[in-house]
Amino acid sequence: MIDDFFIRALLAGIGLAFIAGPLGCFVIWRRMAYFGDTMAHSALLGVALSLAFQVDVLWGVFAVSMLVALALLALQAKGNPSARLFSSDALLGILSHSALALGLVVVSLMSWLRLDIMGFLVGDVLSVSNRDLLMIYGGGTLVLVCLAWIWRSLLMATVSEDIAEAEGLAPRRAELVLMLLLAVTIAIAIKIVGVLLITALLIIPAAAARRFSATPEQMAALAIVAGIAAVVGGLFGSLQFDTPSGPSIVVAALMVFLVSLALPLKAKEN
Amino acid sequence: MSLWITGTQVDNEETLGNLPVLQKNETLINLKGVGVYRAGRWLVRGVDLSVRAGEIVTIIGPNGSGKTTTAKMAIGVTRPDEGQVVRARNLRIGYVPQKLSINAAMPLTVRGLLMLSGKQNSSDIDETLDMVGVLRLANAQVHFLSGGEFQRVLFARALLGKPQLLVLDEPVDGVDFSGSLELYQLISKIRDTTGCGVLLISHDLHVVMAQTDTVICLNSHVCCRGTPELVAENPEYLKLFGKGAAQDLAIYKHHHDHTHLADGTVVHTSVEHTDEGHEGCDHD
Repeated sequence: MIDDFFIRALLAGIGLAFIAGPLGCFVIWRRMAYFGDTMAHSALLGVALSLAFQVDVLWGVFAVSMLVALALLALQAKGNPSARLFSSDALLGILSHSALALGLVVVSLMSWLRLDIMGFLVGDVLSVSNRDLLMIYGGGTLVLVCLAWIWRSLLMATVSEDIAEAEGLAPRRAELVLMLLLAVTIAIAIKIVGVLLITALLIIPAAAARRFSATPEQMAALAIVAGIAAVVGGLFGSLQFDTPSGPSIVVAALMVFLVSLALPLKAKEN
Repeated sequence: MSLWITGTQVDNEETLGNLPVLQKNETLINLKGVGVYRAGRWLVRGVDLSVRAGEIVTIIGPNGSGKTTTAKMAIGVTRPDEGQVVRARNLRIGYVPQKLSINAAMPLTVRGLLMLSGKQNSSDIDETLDMVGVLRLANAQVHFLSGGEFQRVLFARALLGKPQLLVLDEPVDGVDFSGSLELYQLISKIRDTTGCGVLLISHDLHVVMAQTDTVICLNSHVCCRGTPELVAENPEYLKLFGKGAAQDLAIYKHHHDHTHLADGTVVHTSVEHTDEGHEGCDHD
């Protein structure tokens, strides 16, 4: 027999897999893993701020991760003096961990709040409410529709920013929309896997899909399948072994990835 | 081959839309005194350059002379820090960048790459790939192409949008010698049939010579400009490339007896080679 809360957890995780798959592909293709990590880590600060100002956590997280994304874009812009001194990987390393530390410090300063920090760090998918589910599927649909809208120009911008720019495909706008979608995804995912593990759910299923895909669209679709497998496997595993659900999902994703590496390809190896 | 005719008889109204039809000699882009300033120095400065419909303009210059920067200003990717860039309204640009590496994590077939250029139907794509001689690679993954094959695919991609201006940054990088001749002949053939303008970047004047109308010799500023024959004799050019360059200068003429690259059969092309430089040059 399966309890209601477990059904809701499954539905939440599967909903997240639908957006994390395609978005995760772009995170990999555009080498944004660290970038996504930085956005996700800043989400804890968003949690703290939204509690302080008594707004919905989703909004706080969305706003802060979007701000961080914009700041990162500005910092990495070619004309910026700091971009000449430090590689973007060093800048992201600084910001990613600072954002996380800052979030933890601010949360602890707000001593009047009784906050389950662990729940935000590694997720608490078993406490997903019906309202959360509505947000996940509503927000998720929005994300997928937007992604479909910018799909072609984002792909072209990923292949070559210069070509996209020269041929009028507005790569900057597509990138900005991608940031927005990532911020929404992080806001949605925080309850399911927590800020520390969001990037894992973006990247690992997409990576598992790579070997079996000949086109970007196939990879996005297979990433969704891999994500769902990870969510279902992880949640049942956490039930079975009484392990925390967020990390269990990521461990299951890792197993899916390893299996994907081991599976033989039928056709000629790509 | 209706695909290559921009003009009144074009059958595909969707891609042409209500865009103005190219007038012969219409100025497509005009750069006036443009310069780019980065990290305390001018990469290029004071460049005047224009490309008209039906014209092939070649920028030559040593490494780091600002060729790519100039091309990027022309197509609107880089904003000039001084000077002015004027582009014809709704100008359709086909761009082949110098270096392009596609992340191996992204699965992408040649056909898929060409589809990204817009709403393309399969027969247009096949026709263009065929023209550039890489139709057999249509379903190959882009990561497994050789340098020369990839250049051709990028060239096909740029052509697919029926550009009014082609901007080609070292289009024959990694293409072998006879392959580059073929590509340059193809560029000039496309210019002849579509009336598009071409801005070509090259580090060597040898092979582009017969197809070029105007050469601009660049070394952070315009050293000299003119017909290929004039530039080859210009002291500024000789200083930049050495006397040897002029003496070895080989001019490859071709007569338009039309090779087709893709069908596998080698159609006779006459390529004449004169060691005398400009002497034997008569464009047909």
